[in-house]
Amino acid sequence: MEIAEFKTLVQDRIGEAVVIGVDENATPKALLIAPGYIKDVCLYLRDNDQSYFDMLSCLTAIDNGPEVNTMEVVYNLYSIPLEQSLMLKVTLDREKPEIDSMTELWKTADWHEREAYDLFGIQFVGHPDLRRILMPGDWQGHPMRKDYVEPEEYRGMKTIREEEDPS
Amino acid sequence: MKGLLDQKFSNGGVVISSLEDITNWARLSSIWPMGFGLACCAIEMMGAYASGYDLDRYGVIPRASPRQSDVMIVAGTVTYKMADRVRRLYEQMAEPRYVISMGSCSNCGGPYWEHGYHVVKGVDKIIPVDVYVPGCPPRPEALIGGILKLREKIEKETLREPEGLREIVENLD
Repeated sequence: MEIAEFKTLVQDRIGEAVVIGVDENATPKALLIAPGYIKDVCLYLRDNDQSYFDMLSCLTAIDNGPEVNTMEVVYNLYSIPLEQSLMLKVTLDREKPEIDSMTELWKTADWHEREAYDLFGIQFVGHPDLRRILMPGDWQGHPMRKDYVEPEEYRGMKTIREEEDPS
Repeated sequence: MKGLLDQKFSNGGVVISSLEDITNWARLSSIWPMGFGLACCAIEMMGAYASGYDLDRYGVIPRASPRQSDVMIVAGTVTYKMADRVRRLYEQMAEPRYVISMGSCSNCGGPYWEHGYHVVKGVDKIIPVDVYVPGCPPRPEALIGGILKLREKIEKETLREPEGLREIVENLD
C-alpha cells in the first residue's frame, strides 16, 4: 500500500484530524499522528486486513531541543505477511512528554519504551514496568536530552576529563 | 627471560637461588587471569587464550573466580554501571594481585572520551593498574606483550617490600 492509502485508511476510520501530515522523506514514509490518537491508530493498523502491521520493528524518540521545545516518538511498523512497512511520528510537548504505551498491542514495545524513558525521559502511560533499562537505577537525568548536563561524579567516580598534557 | 628449569644442570642437579627469585619465578610462571571480558577487547583476549596464540604456554589459564585469580585483565569499555562490579571483583582477589588494562576504552575512555556520558575515563580511576596495553582493540600479540611486561615487573619484586606495602608506606607521608 502507498502512503496516501494508509492516510485515507486511518482518516476514514478514526477521523480527519488524526493525521497531521505526511513525511515523504522518511524511510519508510511517515504519517504524522496527533498525540492523543496514537493507540487507536496503531490498534486499527494492526488489526486491519489491508495493513496488518503485526510487528513493531522499532520504537524510538528524538529530542528537538529546548528552542523548538518538542520531542518526537517514532514508530516503525512492519507487516510480516504483507511485507510492507510504515512509520508513524508523534510530536510531544518537551516540558511534559507523555504518551500512551503500546505494550498491550506489541510486547516488543516494553523494552523499547523503557529505553526511550531512560534516555529521553518520555513517560509512557499504561506501561507495566517503566524503569531504567540501560543506565544504573540511581542515575540522575536523561542523557540523550539536548540540555543534559553530565554530573560531576557518580558513586565516587569522577566524570571530569583531565586536561591534556601541554608539553 | 630464562626460567629456573631452562638453565643447565651441571653440578649434580643442584640449583642455588634466592628465596625471592624462586617466589617470583613461581608467581610469574602461573599468572592466572580472571575469566571476564567487557567488550570487543575480550574477543581478542579470547583469541589470545585459544590455540592460535596459546597463552597456556606462559601459564596463563583463565579462572572462573576472583579468589583464584592473580591478574585482572580489564578487556573493554568500563561503564559506570559496570565499574561498581569491576571494583568489587578486584576487592575479592587475593594479594598479590595485578591489573592489566587492555585497550583504549579501559586505558582512558577511548572513543567515549568526548561524548560518553556512561563510560569511566580510564579504569585507573577506580583500581590501580600495572600494565596498559594500547590498541582498539589490541591484537593478541599486544596482549601477550602486556603479559610479558607484567612478568618483568613481577620478576623485580622483593619480599621485603611488596608493591602493595610500598603504596601504603608512600601514602603515609
